[in-house]
Amino acid sequence: MSTPHTVSSDLVVIEAPRRPSLGQRAGIVLVSAITLFALFGPWLVGIDPARQQLERYLELPSLGHPLGFDQLGRDMLARLAHGARLSLSLATVSVLSAAIPGSVLGLLAAWRGGWPERVLAAFADAVLALPGLLLVLLLSAFTPGGFWPLYVGISLALWVEYFRVVRAASRILLASPHVEAARLLGFGPLHIVRRHLLPELLPRLFTLMRFGFAGAVLAMSALGFVGVGLQPPTPELGVMMIELLPYYGEAPWLIGAPVLLLFLTLLGLLLLAPEREAA
Amino acid sequence: MASTRAWRGIATALAQRLLQALLVALLVGTLCFFMTRMLPGDMAYRIAAGRYGYDMVTTAAAEAVRLELGLDRHWLVALGDWWRRLLVLDLGVSQVTAEPVMLEIERQLWPTLRLSVLAMGFSLLIGPTLGVLAGLKPGGLLDRATLAVSTVLRALPSFLLGLVLVLVFSVQLGVLPAAGHDDHGSIVLPALTLALGMAAVSCRVARDAMIQVRGSAYFAFALTKGLTMGQALRRHGLRNVAAPVVAYLGVQLVYLVEGVVLVETIFAWPGIGHALVHAIFGRDVPMIQGTALVLGLMFVLFNALVDTACAFIDPRRRA
Repeated sequence: MSTPHTVSSDLVVIEAPRRPSLGQRAGIVLVSAITLFALFGPWLVGIDPARQQLERYLELPSLGHPLGFDQLGRDMLARLAHGARLSLSLATVSVLSAAIPGSVLGLLAAWRGGWPERVLAAFADAVLALPGLLLVLLLSAFTPGGFWPLYVGISLALWVEYFRVVRAASRILLASPHVEAARLLGFGPLHIVRRHLLPELLPRLFTLMRFGFAGAVLAMSALGFVGVGLQPPTPELGVMMIELLPYYGEAPWLIGAPVLLLFLTLLGLLLLAPEREAA
Repeated sequence: MASTRAWRGIATALAQRLLQALLVALLVGTLCFFMTRMLPGDMAYRIAAGRYGYDMVTTAAAEAVRLELGLDRHWLVALGDWWRRLLVLDLGVSQVTAEPVMLEIERQLWPTLRLSVLAMGFSLLIGPTLGVLAGLKPGGLLDRATLAVSTVLRALPSFLLGLVLVLVFSVQLGVLPAAGHDDHGSIVLPALTLALGMAAVSCRVARDAMIQVRGSAYFAFALTKGLTMGQALRRHGLRNVAAPVVAYLGVQLVYLVEGVVLVETIFAWPGIGHALVHAIFGRDVPMIQGTALVLGLMFVLFNALVDTACAFIDPRRRA
């Protein structure tokens, strides 16, 4: 995991960047394409995903409406684009609100120790005692169909990993000779964190974020699919799948669209991993 | 002496799991307590309506409920009482079926256990076997094929995998029932759904372990002293492959328990996970608490079993 780079604050040894493997390149393409679709898709399609034209229900795909119309006469591409935006924004927001406090708390715990560290560690253990999805389910039971319980539940389930990883890694780094030297030279905590801790921590944090992102997208659509997540008519991927399942025989492309989008998102995130990790 | 220390190691691990079980109960119980407090409307009226039907609710009935459940007390007192009842496994009465939660859970536990154990069995049969074969010839056809299949399976969430299996085996081929639990063979698809998801990972873990074993000095020596490949594998290889596979099973338990909830729901399998999702639909808090508690405890129990199995397979972990 650890790559040799910062030796001292002035001398930086840069490892020759390895060329991304075929799988990684495919992952980059997939993730960027889906991100662009989520960012600009709703605006490019320019159709209200809730607008019904009942006479056009289950209409076949055409040039103006590349995915046709769904069972209630709504433009499928517009719904898919809004669904992608919803999933990716929830994932981004919940990963960030897990990663930032989780890492900061982990760093503080490693730095200061004492009872705050023990309290945080106990809380982390409590969260880990249950599988993450179960926690999200329990929170979603507070206000069924709401966005907030999903967001809070996913962030709550995810922050633990950042806390634990950052705490464990920082402990080792803080005890290392180069950090001690920096301290003796009179550098402040901010400098030490920026120059000595972050370069080591960031690659691990990115790995966690990749997994967390996939987990968040997955949790949202899974709950939507079994009916305890967001509710219709929200254009959410899991909700769309369960709504369109009965029409599989007549219009397989309709249910195929959100299924494929979810699959490609998760596949892209999986492929982004360096080869060693992907095993 | 050595064996006493071995057992002490296992005992410590189990004591930690016991602590985890207590944490599960505390977490689930506290969340469910606040759930009842935060539901909209006057709780006493709502629970009375759940029990006696909406037409039969009277102020007297609501007051009786209020006294019985202690809704008139300070919430801290009520929370303490809630925990105490949880500790003696007094889980209350379902607000939908009016049956004791314990009775409901007793009915649902067996199908869930059957499904999870069968899924784990399937996955251990498929994953490590293919992994060992792939690891014997890294870069070979089987290795590349299993890598491709496992990558696709890992990007398919369990509920989509279930959907795909239903479409292939039930809708197109018509060989297996799509849902329910009455028909013969209806456990196959849900179990296979969970098993394939887990096998996708354990296959790669076993493959990497097998490559490591093949490159090791002890394996080379076993071959040099004249054992055939099969003998060397059986005597020196498999246990060393099994250690990481079983250790990784602990990580996969998260997938299994989460998957049970989703897969039971889409296959209408009458287990705990199915009941949990339906309790959330019905806002039936005692059932939510009971089912979440049992799933959490099942997670802890499986983890404890994996801990024990690890210690038996790998003597180094016993100390």
